[in-house]
Amino acid sequence: MIAIRHPGPALAALAVALPMIAVLVAVIQGATGADPELWAHLREHVLARVAWNTVVLVVGVVAVALALGTALAWLTAACEFPGRGFFSWALLLPMAMPAYVLAFVAVATLDYAGAVPMTLRAWLGDALWLPPIRSTGGVILVLALAGYPYVYLMARGAFLTHGARALEAAQSLGLGPWRGLFRVAIPLARPWLAAGAALVAMETLADFGAVSVFNYDTFTTAIYKAWFGLFSIETALGLALLLMLLVAAALAVERMARGRARYAAADSGARAGARLALPGARGWIACAVASAVFAVGFLVPLVVIARWAWHVAPLDFDARYASYVLRTLTLAGMAAAACLALALVLGYATRVSQGRVTRAAARIATLGYAVPGAVLAVGVVGALGAIDALWRTVAGGEGLWLQGTVLALLLGYVARFLAVAHGPVQGGFERIRPSLEEAARGLGLTAREVVARLHLPLLGAGMGTALLLVFVDVMKEMPITLMTRPFGWDTLAVRVFEMTAEGEWERAALPALVIVLAGLLPVALLTWRMERAARAA
Amino acid sequence: MRLELRELTKTFGPGAAAAAVNRLTLAVGAGSIGCLLGPSGSGKTTVLRCIAGFERPDSGEILAGGERLSGPDCWVPPERRRIGMVFQDYALFPHLDALANVAFGLREADAGSRRRRALEMLALVGLEEQAQKLPHELSGGQQQRVALARALAPHPRLVLLDEPFSNLDAEVRMELAQQVRAALKAEGATALLVTHDQREAFAICDEIGVMRDGRLEQWDTPWTLYHSPATRFVADFVGEGTFIEGTVIGPGRVQTELGVIEGQLTVERPAGAQVDLLLRPDDVIHDDASALRAEVVERMFRGAEFRYKLRLPSGATALSFVPSHHDHAIGERIGIRLDTQHLVGFPRE
Repeated sequence: MIAIRHPGPALAALAVALPMIAVLVAVIQGATGADPELWAHLREHVLARVAWNTVVLVVGVVAVALALGTALAWLTAACEFPGRGFFSWALLLPMAMPAYVLAFVAVATLDYAGAVPMTLRAWLGDALWLPPIRSTGGVILVLALAGYPYVYLMARGAFLTHGARALEAAQSLGLGPWRGLFRVAIPLARPWLAAGAALVAMETLADFGAVSVFNYDTFTTAIYKAWFGLFSIETALGLALLLMLLVAAALAVERMARGRARYAAADSGARAGARLALPGARGWIACAVASAVFAVGFLVPLVVIARWAWHVAPLDFDARYASYVLRTLTLAGMAAAACLALALVLGYATRVSQGRVTRAAARIATLGYAVPGAVLAVGVVGALGAIDALWRTVAGGEGLWLQGTVLALLLGYVARFLAVAHGPVQGGFERIRPSLEEAARGLGLTAREVVARLHLPLLGAGMGTALLLVFVDVMKEMPITLMTRPFGWDTLAVRVFEMTAEGEWERAALPALVIVLAGLLPVALLTWRMERAARAA
Repeated sequence: MRLELRELTKTFGPGAAAAAVNRLTLAVGAGSIGCLLGPSGSGKTTVLRCIAGFERPDSGEILAGGERLSGPDCWVPPERRRIGMVFQDYALFPHLDALANVAFGLREADAGSRRRRALEMLALVGLEEQAQKLPHELSGGQQQRVALARALAPHPRLVLLDEPFSNLDAEVRMELAQQVRAALKAEGATALLVTHDQREAFAICDEIGVMRDGRLEQWDTPWTLYHSPATRFVADFVGEGTFIEGTVIGPGRVQTELGVIEGQLTVERPAGAQVDLLLRPDDVIHDDASALRAEVVERMFRGAEFRYKLRLPSGATALSFVPSHHDHAIGERIGIRLDTQHLVGFPRE
């Protein structure tokens, strides 16, 4: 590696981290400025319930998602049963389904007056008791169905690459496959399971759409209400700070759960061992379990929203609708381009400079995945407000009025999704061995030519992945868009929120369908890569 | 083009105990193939990276064809040095086929002449048939040759090779080494190779420098290095051999337990000097008629010959290569005689 002793890379990395730094400073600063009276009121009437709700939700969702994800990963990675090949990728499809879509489909069809209970009561009599969907259990179930693919993906990778060898070793020591699962495979996969659980916890803490549908108050909805109901940005920032502390606690738990285990590089010679055949009824039970998860988590909701969308399309599909789509695509495109550009700057800066400042800046810049959108939204508003106030005192006049502009919105997206773009770009950079750069330099290429003729061509795939992931994530994004969008900039996700807030389930289906179909793209890419890797092995 | 290093020094980090390269001076003649041979950690790769411009020396000078590339107030960046490099991992660009890899460094404006030169280089290394293949579709030896062709294509004034054969199977190594030598000679290139494997060094190089702890112990032809090592370290590191005790009794005469050994001492010592005399396995000849006897303590069958480790009466050991029809068991006492032309003696420690 040709190291540069130059402040350039560190400054560039700091510039990339600036949105996140501004947001975090605004959250911490603003939280201290909360109106004491309002805060006292919150503490008395809201805080305990919200905190309890949030903690119960995270613990419940992580537990259910861990159980579902690990069990399904074990079945598809290490066992043989009817339909295994199909389920091994199909069980990832619920990733395309935003939790808020699952949530409104669940509430609409399973609530007292929903289609399913009505039908059941018609068959079995009015006295039939059904567990209410609008309950803590209901929210947990919905979020766990949306979140288990993270655990599934991680655990499956671990079982496939590391499990086979270790399991064979365990078998040679006299452990049967089922004892091997609990004594070897699961302990071995612990770092991956912990990472998957952490992702689920982050998603749950960040969720705004699904809990809104259920009217289940958590920190994210409390932040929204503090601002849009009480019109107190300081109170919202105070709640945001508390939520950030919860996120930090969750990350600390992950660290502990992972223990001293590390992700060792996959044994390159590892091959999938012989799968454990599940004969007869047991195979069909496995198939039934996988089918049930696939149906409830993906197929049925998709069919339901497709039908509703078909119903309302003639009514809803007008010029206004085209503008939602256009606005969504514009925002997603701009955010994806911005995130990619910044990720490239960051990747290049950390490549040429290993300095402490650069590394710290890179870490801060990519914190976004852990910071809930609701926190970022109020943080952006707080930061821009502070800049505005500063501008007024220094330059006088009206101020900049950056709040409520597309710029504010993009700032929030970049803070949240830079990490998403950074992953594949960084991976691409890491695959370019230092000797390749040296070879190019030795052949007479200047630093700039190395970027043009070596880095960019080799980063192509990573850049494409980064664009796609950010694009789709922005399409699904709800809280940042909802809270910081300029007047009239309604996206598909905002439309879903507004319709579900009024219980107009069928009219939420059309935008939801577009979002789900777009969400299938990255999942398709992911499964295609997995298949290719499996074929190469 | 002649390469010269003068007092080259490089230390990594302020905390490093010793310099990685310590006041190294050497010269490789134009059109000659030089080699730096040494154990890992001896600093040989650092020397190569300094010459290529990937590391900046702390002090000393690097000259190529009389032009200073690096010195106290002078630094030519790697891309302007016109030095080709063949990397240990080949560093082929994975997104380009063999031909495009070779053409990568060519600066001719005309695409046709770039293509011609690249094809010419591929032909030189015998890979014209593989021009359209991507690096991962080539075998290790083929990748290695593409890397060499790529380094040679832009007519560099110097080619550097960093452990070029270490990732290859033993069988293809020697054959490939000969091909690489032929290609370098065909292009009239000056080259410097780094390796820890003396057989590679012997197979390719005209001159070899042995490095230890950042210093150059000796710079000579392979033959001289083997037969006339300047230091004990070189004697140990290059080839096999053992030492027996002796006393110089006159010019070219050394008294040992095996009698008086005669031959040209590479460094004359005064009569009465106590020396350790180097015995190479090819100096010790098995001869049933000889009165001198030694006990076989170890035997290694190597196909055409046995390598016997022998215990001399004093307890010292000697090695001997013996044609393989002389099959002796461990513990047997066999007759030996010495056939020495040069005597290598180091002052007794």
